[in-house]
Amino acid sequence: MSDKNNIHLDINGRDHAVALEARVTLLDALRDHLGLTGTKKGCDQGQCGACTVHVDGQRVLACLTLAAQVEGRSITTIEGLAGADGDVHPVQSAFLEHDAFQCGYCTPGQIMSAVACIKEGHAGSDEEIREYMSGNLCRCGAYPHIVAAVREAAEVTA
Amino acid sequence: MKDFAYLRAGSVDEARRASTDPAVMLLAGGTTLLDLVKCGVAEPSAVVDISHLEGLDAVRVNDHEVSIGALAKMSQVADNEAIKASYPAVSEALWQAASAQLRNMATIGGNLMQRTRCVYFRDPATFPACNKRTPGSGCAAIGGVTRGHAILGASTACIAAYPGDLAIALLALDAVVCLGDRRVPIGEFFLLPGDTPDREHSLMPGEMITAVTIPASPAAKRSTYLKVRDRQSYEFAAASAAVGLEFEEDGRTIRDIRIALGGVAAKPWRAGNVEAALKGKALDAEMVRRASLLAVEGAIAHGDNRCKIDLVPRIVARAILTLGGQA
Repeated sequence: MSDKNNIHLDINGRDHAVALEARVTLLDALRDHLGLTGTKKGCDQGQCGACTVHVDGQRVLACLTLAAQVEGRSITTIEGLAGADGDVHPVQSAFLEHDAFQCGYCTPGQIMSAVACIKEGHAGSDEEIREYMSGNLCRCGAYPHIVAAVREAAEVTA
Repeated sequence: MKDFAYLRAGSVDEARRASTDPAVMLLAGGTTLLDLVKCGVAEPSAVVDISHLEGLDAVRVNDHEVSIGALAKMSQVADNEAIKASYPAVSEALWQAASAQLRNMATIGGNLMQRTRCVYFRDPATFPACNKRTPGSGCAAIGGVTRGHAILGASTACIAAYPGDLAIALLALDAVVCLGDRRVPIGEFFLLPGDTPDREHSLMPGEMITAVTIPASPAAKRSTYLKVRDRQSYEFAAASAAVGLEFEEDGRTIRDIRIALGGVAAKPWRAGNVEAALKGKALDAEMVRRASLLAVEGAIAHGDNRCKIDLVPRIVARAILTLGGQA
C-alpha cells in the first residue's frame, strides 16, 4: 500500500498530473485543481446529481468519489461530451431544442445523467425516464421539458 | 472533511489486516463512508480502498443458489437476468433504492454496511446526544421529530430505523453473509440496538464481507419488494415489505411464505408471526389482511411515526395479495 498524493487522472481523454490531499473528491479536483468547472457542486452530499460525471462510461457522483479512487479509470465530464469537431452531443441539442432548463445549474449533471440513461436502455417511456433520471434534481422544476428532451434524444440516437 | 490517509489494498488479506485498527475504514463505493465523513459522523485515520480488488464483483448462479460478490454494484445485480428471474425481490429492492448514479457506485457489501438515516445521528454538531455515535450520551431522537424512526425492535437507548432495501429482500430469502470462510445468516448479521446501539452488526475487527449467497427456492422465485415512500423515487422507505410465496399443487394453499419489513424497524425485520398464521391456509384476501395485522404486534410508536402502525399491515397484505394474483 502507498499514499496517493501525486496522482494521474484521465479526464476527457487527457492525462492530468495533480498533487492532492487524500480527502479531495473528484468534484473538488475537477473544479478547484483542474479548472473544469462545468461539473457543478450542488449539495455535495450525494443527494442532487449536479456533479454527475462518467467513470469508465458509468454515471456516478463526483462529490462522493475520492479523486485518488479513480486514478487509472477513464473520466468524462460535460466538457468532454462534444465531438472532436466541436459539434454538441445529441443530448445537448435536445436540451436546447426543448428549453430543458431555467437557471441551468443542474443542467450539466442532467445531461451527463441523460446520456448514460439512454445508453443503459432506460429511456423507453416518459415513466421510465422519470424513474431513471430521479437522481438529478431541478429546483426550477423544468422536469417536463427535461423528460421531453431525453425522450427525443433517445429516439434520435436509437 | 478531516483529512485521512488513502491506501489502496492489493489483496483481501491486506485489507483485512489494515482494518483490524478500528480507526481504519474500508472504502468500496464510498457513498456511505464519504457522506458520513462529510457529516462529521465518521472520522477515519485512513481509508483502505478495496474497489480495485479483482474477482470480488462476480454474480455466480447455479440451481441451488446465487453467490453475489461483495464488490458487485447495485445496478449490476439489479439488472442481472438470473436474479430478475429467480430472485425478483432482490432486483426490485435494488432498483427502487437510491438513484441510478448511486447504484453504479455502491456495492452489495457496502450496502449492508450503510448506517441509519436518523437525522440526529447524522448531525453531531447540532445534536451531541446519540448513543449510536457516542455510547452513553443519550438519544436526541426520543421526543424529537420521529417520522422516520423505528416502531419495531427499538430500545430506550436508540430508536433509529434501519434504512436499507436490499437487506430486507435478503432476509426474506434467507441469505447468508460470507465473511471469507465464516458464513453468517443475515438474520444474525444485524444486531438489535438494546443497550449497545453502536454495535450494528456481528462483523469483528479484521473481518470483511466477501460475498452474499441466497438459496434458490420456489418462494424466492415468486417474490416481490413493495416500497412505500414520501416521494415516488429516490427516497428511503417510509415502510416496505419483501414477500416470497409458494403454493401447494392446488395453487391456493400456502406451502411457504417469507415476509420481511423495512423502514420501520431497528434492523431488517422478519415477520415470522404473520408467516406462521398463513402457512397451510388457502389464500383469501380477508384472512391475509387479518393475519397481516400481526406484523405490528409489539410495535411502539414515538409520536410522528404512529402512521406506520397502520401502514405496515396494509403493505404486507398488498404484497402477499399481489403475489397471489388477488390484488
